[in-house]
Amino acid sequence: MVDKIKVENLSCFYSGKQVLKDLSLTVEKNEILSIIGPSNSGKTSFLRTLNRMNDMNVNFSRKGDIFLDNDNIFDMNPEKLRTRIGMLFAMPIPLPMSIYDNIAYAPKVLGLKNKKNMDEVVEQSLRDASLWDEVKDRLDSSAIKMSGGQQQRLCIARILAIEPEVILFDEPCSGLDPISTAKVEEAMLKLREKYTIVLVTNNVKQASRVGTRTAFFLMGELIEIDKTRNMFLTPKNKLTEDYITGRFG
Amino acid sequence: MSFKLSPKLSQQIAYTLLVISTIIVIVPVLTVIVIIIKNGWSALSWEFLTTMPKDGMRAGGILPAILGTLAIVSCAICITLPVGVCAAIYLNEYAKDNLLTRIIKLAIVNLAGVPSVVYGLFGLGIFVMLLGFGVSILAGALTLSIMELPVIITTARGALSSVPYSFREASWSLGVSKWQTIRRVVLPNALPGIMTGAILSISRISGETAPILFTAAAFYVPHLPKSMFDQVMALPYHLYIISTQIPNMPKNIIFGTALVLLLMVLSMSLIAIVARLYFRKIRKW
Repeated sequence: MVDKIKVENLSCFYSGKQVLKDLSLTVEKNEILSIIGPSNSGKTSFLRTLNRMNDMNVNFSRKGDIFLDNDNIFDMNPEKLRTRIGMLFAMPIPLPMSIYDNIAYAPKVLGLKNKKNMDEVVEQSLRDASLWDEVKDRLDSSAIKMSGGQQQRLCIARILAIEPEVILFDEPCSGLDPISTAKVEEAMLKLREKYTIVLVTNNVKQASRVGTRTAFFLMGELIEIDKTRNMFLTPKNKLTEDYITGRFG
Repeated sequence: MSFKLSPKLSQQIAYTLLVISTIIVIVPVLTVIVIIIKNGWSALSWEFLTTMPKDGMRAGGILPAILGTLAIVSCAICITLPVGVCAAIYLNEYAKDNLLTRIIKLAIVNLAGVPSVVYGLFGLGIFVMLLGFGVSILAGALTLSIMELPVIITTARGALSSVPYSFREASWSLGVSKWQTIRRVVLPNALPGIMTGAILSISRISGETAPILFTAAAFYVPHLPKSMFDQVMALPYHLYIISTQIPNMPKNIIFGTALVLLLMVLSMSLIAIVARLYFRKIRKW
């Protein structure tokens, strides 16, 4: 397998307090890497470091490096980086505009597409996010009025429209009901063919359903990383076993 | 001696006090409006609004004062709005939260409390004398705009920070730059609040006398303003003059002038209220 992302000795701090401790791992091309672990174990901090959203936080500092296709992301233009590594937040955040404009927003502002192709981009993105059939007749209506699950898939479509290489999912189903969750997971599995995915989840079962590999974080440390099947059948570490069998966390 | 009110009685007393306070607030305002309308209504006519004053201002219209006020106020808002909004964007979106920023924010809040006559003297010193604009529309407008800057900045910052932070994050996460995010997402959603603040500012500065006293207003100008460097008559100052400086002034002209000024200010506030209601209705989140 080809390494898409390589993390080397990454440590992160908020106001001097360490949240990630000397982390090294790789994300392979076209895999879904799920990251599980209890709250406050640094999962989200890790994601937000991958696409440098943490740069917006003045209290943030870090040591160590992250490479995307062998280029150090901390040497890249952060805006350019974010078009290559898209991110989906825990709560769906549709922008206060129409469904169509939500998806056309970034390609338009970034100058990626001309106007003629925009309709195609919107349709394709919505199809890939398994949302097209539900909204094709009301693309001009406000995105705020959609249901939570639809909003989250709209946010996925919005990311697909900028054609990233990696997509980060930050607990994407934490606010959704089981059926909406299933739809988001279905979209995720479909996306694996084209994209590399890092999924942070509080839901151990979700990790076992969609993850190619799974990593277990605890208190800012990487305890174990392995093929999902191996980890759930024969965890090497006692802590991992306790967590996935629900003995703590 | 222990004396305790029954809960029911104390409730009634509190209720009565609150209602009385509210009445005390409303009554003077209503009285002022009623008196002005009653005494000034007879002076109001098309002629009053569109002709020059006659007989040492004891007859004729107040056209130059109306135009003067409109000229000063529109110039002032054209200066203060862009500068104020830009400063608000910087303070709200870009400035790091350090000591300097906090001092600037504190200064802005305090500047809003400086008496307007102090701004008037400042304008006299800087714009009229030092920069040599003379007593003119330009000097008056600059003085008013400086006076109104803190208010515009404060309301604009309020409007900007009412746009949820998550919208910004969503936009940044798509690779959109900070400035583009402000332009495409933050500003359009903050615009209603900014516009309401601006309209209320217009109504506030239309009625200001002290800042234009030394910088723009003239006792009497026999012609309409032709350039930015002309002295002008202005409604609030004109009102002051005709009620104190001119003997045998017909009462209905004084009250008529007051009524025109009042109507100008109130209609601005009304526009602001309607605009706010409208934007609240079409608000999408």
